[in-house]
Amino acid sequence: MRVKLLIYIICILGLAAPTRAAEDQGGDVDVSKIIFEHLGDSYEWHITEGAVIPLPCILIGEGGLDVFLSDKLEHGATYNGYHIATEGDNEGKIVNAAGERPFDISITKNVLELFIVCILLCSVVLGVARWYRKNGAKKAPGGFVGMMEAVIDFIDKDVVKESIGHGYERFSPYLMTVFLFILTSNLLGLLPVFPGGANLTGNIAVTMTCAITAFVAINCFAPKGYYKSIFWPDVPIFLKAPIPIMPAIEFIGVFTKPFSLTIRLFANIMAGHIIILALTSVVFVTAEMGTAMCASMTVVSVLFCIFMNCLELLVAFIQAYVFTILTANFIGLAHDE
Amino acid sequence: MILEAVAAGASLAKFGAAIGAAIAVIGAALGIGMIGKSATESIARQPSASGNIRTSMILTAAFIEGVALFAIVVCLLVVLK
Repeated sequence: MRVKLLIYIICILGLAAPTRAAEDQGGDVDVSKIIFEHLGDSYEWHITEGAVIPLPCILIGEGGLDVFLSDKLEHGATYNGYHIATEGDNEGKIVNAAGERPFDISITKNVLELFIVCILLCSVVLGVARWYRKNGAKKAPGGFVGMMEAVIDFIDKDVVKESIGHGYERFSPYLMTVFLFILTSNLLGLLPVFPGGANLTGNIAVTMTCAITAFVAINCFAPKGYYKSIFWPDVPIFLKAPIPIMPAIEFIGVFTKPFSLTIRLFANIMAGHIIILALTSVVFVTAEMGTAMCASMTVVSVLFCIFMNCLELLVAFIQAYVFTILTANFIGLAHDE
Repeated sequence: MILEAVAAGASLAKFGAAIGAAIAVIGAALGIGMIGKSATESIARQPSASGNIRTSMILTAAFIEGVALFAIVVCLLVVLK
């Protein structure tokens, strides 16, 4: 009872911070700029106002290979003829003196986040596998290994085996990889600080790559009957020739499935991040409007942020699950035909 | 005159985008509401199938959300360009 009272008092004291901020604030808070800075990719990892992690820029232009840390380019400086464009089509990206982009394979924030997710996934999953190799025959798993077994068993039995049926073992590694990758990236995107907080699955390039791997898994391992069902389906003859209506529709369907996978994951995660960032900016926007307004809106903003973060946890899991089960279903459909 | 027309066109585009997003949300909410209605009715009729029904409900709701988010992405593109 006294612990609860203490916690309540500390929370109410926390209101003192934004009321102080309301007295110090002056000047405009550009909410959309803040939101798009957090959503987009960048050449450095911005942790707070003072602490910025510069990331390496790797460029192949006319002068050959150039590798340097991105802090050489901050505040619009030029290095080796390269600078970050501030307007036009290439805004925010490295361009050379003529305004064209070199071949840019820099380690940007999203690339570093990809590496972090891969290292995390490999170490966790391979560590669990090592536990099974050493103790699998002797004892039942407990704790963390048991939880991983429950998750992997759930995906293997209820998703992959159900949807694909016979011969599901071939696709099990790919589907579990894609599920764990999307789940981990979504969850890390919800953390506000390094090593989370980069908008990885909210980047359409990343989700498009996941969808391209799904496209390969669906179409390149399918039996002959699948291709026959696309180009000469089992429908009345007037729908197939002289004008191939059904084959055209089926062929377009081959491409709309990965496209919808891309957009669904990208839009869900990006929308969630935008909402949370907008709710957090409410505090800063109302800081200029006086202490009473700021204090009350901070309480509202924090409550909504807690609710949205819980919803985003659910959405992170659901989107990973839906991507996996849809890909498994499409693979299963391709193998049935 | 031309500048006024261009400015009016730009704000008309933003108005259209906002209305489009709202209509997409109406469609998604109606669809997911219907799913929820039939899911709860089915669970009431046969409680032992509630696991299967819950899974199907969540899956179908995710599909509908995906389609609504297509519309949201299009509206965002209109506003940002």
